[in-house]
Amino acid sequence: MSVIAREKRRSALLTIAGVRETGISIFIVLLVIVVSLRSPYFLTVDNLRDVLMDIAILSIVAIGEATVIITRGIDLSVASNLALTGMIVGMAHSSHPVVTPGVALLMGMGIGAVLGSLNGLLVTKGRIPPIITTLGTMSIYRGLVFAISGGAWVDAHEMTKEFIGMTKGEILFIPNLVFMAGIVAIISYYFLNHTPTGRQIYALGSNPTAARVAGIHVHRNLFLAYLISGILCGLGGVLWISRYASAQSDTAMGFELQAIAAAVIGGVNIFGGSGTIPGVLLGSLLLGIVVNALNLVHISPFWKLAVQGLIILAAVVTDALLSRRLQQSRSVEGTS
Amino acid sequence: MTSVTKAPPKRFTALSLLLRWEWLLVLLIIVACFVNASLSKYFLDVDNLFDMTFNFMEKSLVALAMTFIIISGNIDLSVASNLAMSAVIMATTFQSGLNIWLAVLLGLFVGTVGGLINGLLISRVRLPALVVTLGTYAFYRGVAFVLLGDLVVKGLSESFMYIGQGNVPNTPIPVPLLLFSVMAVLFGLVLHRTTFGRFIYAIGNNEETCRYSGVAVGRIKIIIFALSGFMSALAGVVMTARFGSVRPNIAAGLELDVITAVVLGGVNIFGGQGSILGVVLALFLIGIVRFGMSLKNVPGQIQSTLIGFLLILAILLPQLLRRLAPRLRG
Repeated sequence: MSVIAREKRRSALLTIAGVRETGISIFIVLLVIVVSLRSPYFLTVDNLRDVLMDIAILSIVAIGEATVIITRGIDLSVASNLALTGMIVGMAHSSHPVVTPGVALLMGMGIGAVLGSLNGLLVTKGRIPPIITTLGTMSIYRGLVFAISGGAWVDAHEMTKEFIGMTKGEILFIPNLVFMAGIVAIISYYFLNHTPTGRQIYALGSNPTAARVAGIHVHRNLFLAYLISGILCGLGGVLWISRYASAQSDTAMGFELQAIAAAVIGGVNIFGGSGTIPGVLLGSLLLGIVVNALNLVHISPFWKLAVQGLIILAAVVTDALLSRRLQQSRSVEGTS
Repeated sequence: MTSVTKAPPKRFTALSLLLRWEWLLVLLIIVACFVNASLSKYFLDVDNLFDMTFNFMEKSLVALAMTFIIISGNIDLSVASNLAMSAVIMATTFQSGLNIWLAVLLGLFVGTVGGLINGLLISRVRLPALVVTLGTYAFYRGVAFVLLGDLVVKGLSESFMYIGQGNVPNTPIPVPLLLFSVMAVLFGLVLHRTTFGRFIYAIGNNEETCRYSGVAVGRIKIIIFALSGFMSALAGVVMTARFGSVRPNIAAGLELDVITAVVLGGVNIFGGQGSILGVVLALFLIGIVRFGMSLKNVPGQIQSTLIGFLLILAILLPQLLRRLAPRLRG
């Protein structure tokens, strides 16, 4: 690809990010209209609250995943990190009453940070490709969940009311869980768009060589992306065991693909360099609404996976066709 | 291999490293055998050794095609889902009265079409393989669930189950092992002795250059993805015959085991490097290590952890050696 072609592609991608958010919003609105015609319960406050509760953890983890994908990487270990953190915090909570919800959240983020930095170290210092690193740590972390728990569960009766209530309570009619996801989204939005480090993460994702030449500390920023993903997974792990009131060795199995799906549907480019937080949130929302809608219109839950797969494919095919159309129209105008 | 001598020096060192890599795998296999033999006196029994291979032949069949795909610089995450989709379609059509062998053919056809769809989306719409096969990973598994729900298909015929459970008449050689050996030789010949194979490496090294040099990049990608689909379906047939039943969650997570084996076999995850021999050795290494751990009743989850370590070490160690080597020499 020549420099000009790459430039064209880049500006096309930027336009797409905007187009994508509009497109996915329109799609969500259409879906909402269709489903609410079939099931009046869909548009009730209770149901929307359920949908938001269901996607809160997904969006937290997907934001971390998106940060990594923006750097041209991928984090396959997110679900295992979430499960391992959840299990450690769950076991600590059931055996030591000192681990109150507040302590648990901090502890979760700390453990997640350690697991995330291990990925970061292997990718930067060890120079192992992200997909291999996180494929390896995915099985390592998952196996450790089993090793430390011996296959046993941490159940609801081993958790205090406050611990379970941490996700179920409300602040100003907004469920705590949704509130926390909102805070994470706002902080990451600010970080990625309005801090020098955030911009450097985009820069190294769009062109690592140029970023290095421009004096950006590539390794430090890469490491940071995996660290952020780790911290958010740790947070997600604590919230998960509180919300579902159990920690198991197969907690969140396959969740990494949901997180990647949410990011990709939300317009995060798998080749790095572009993607937005609002996009990721919309991607998570779309996945959540589809699952909820299938239940409400009485389609067998066995359709869930197939439909999610189709949405991923539809999203990327639309993207590719749109970006090609944009590039063509630009080259005709000769504005590049 | 005349093409090697023509290649630039950098490629040559990469190849010589690769040769060393395969020797390292052989060494590790010998170590693993010694350890296993000391763990159990039954390990070195011929029947036992042959029986051991039943456990990883399906994975191995899929890994052969995955080797092509990764060397070409792509990846296929949908293999296990495609396996499940084709096995479920095979089993349900059999259940509704189709002759079992026709059902097998149908299964193989469905798997190939599944792979073909991946290939078309990747080469015609020019989408990244990772995203396309992530989508079909969910979609194909979803189709298996839609068709079968939480049911199980059983009652497959004895003659069919022979494919997955039987031995070659009058020998201790399992049928799946024979099938895999034939396939491994075929894949090895295609990859290392044909122009098609050289093109797979070339695409993995520099796709753009290949395109300008007139290599039919798109067609080759479509073929190898269709091949990957076919091999997944074939593995599905063997697995169905071995278990004697099909559930929609059959082979869940198999794609990661397969990718691990291929990378451990010395195939560069970015494409352009690797050999069938290395992958076959890695498959046997993982199989023997897992078998040894099963002898000691190590739970499956812990086994996966160790395989994960093995994967990371396998990449990390040569990297460190390569970085240390000049310093030691200097």
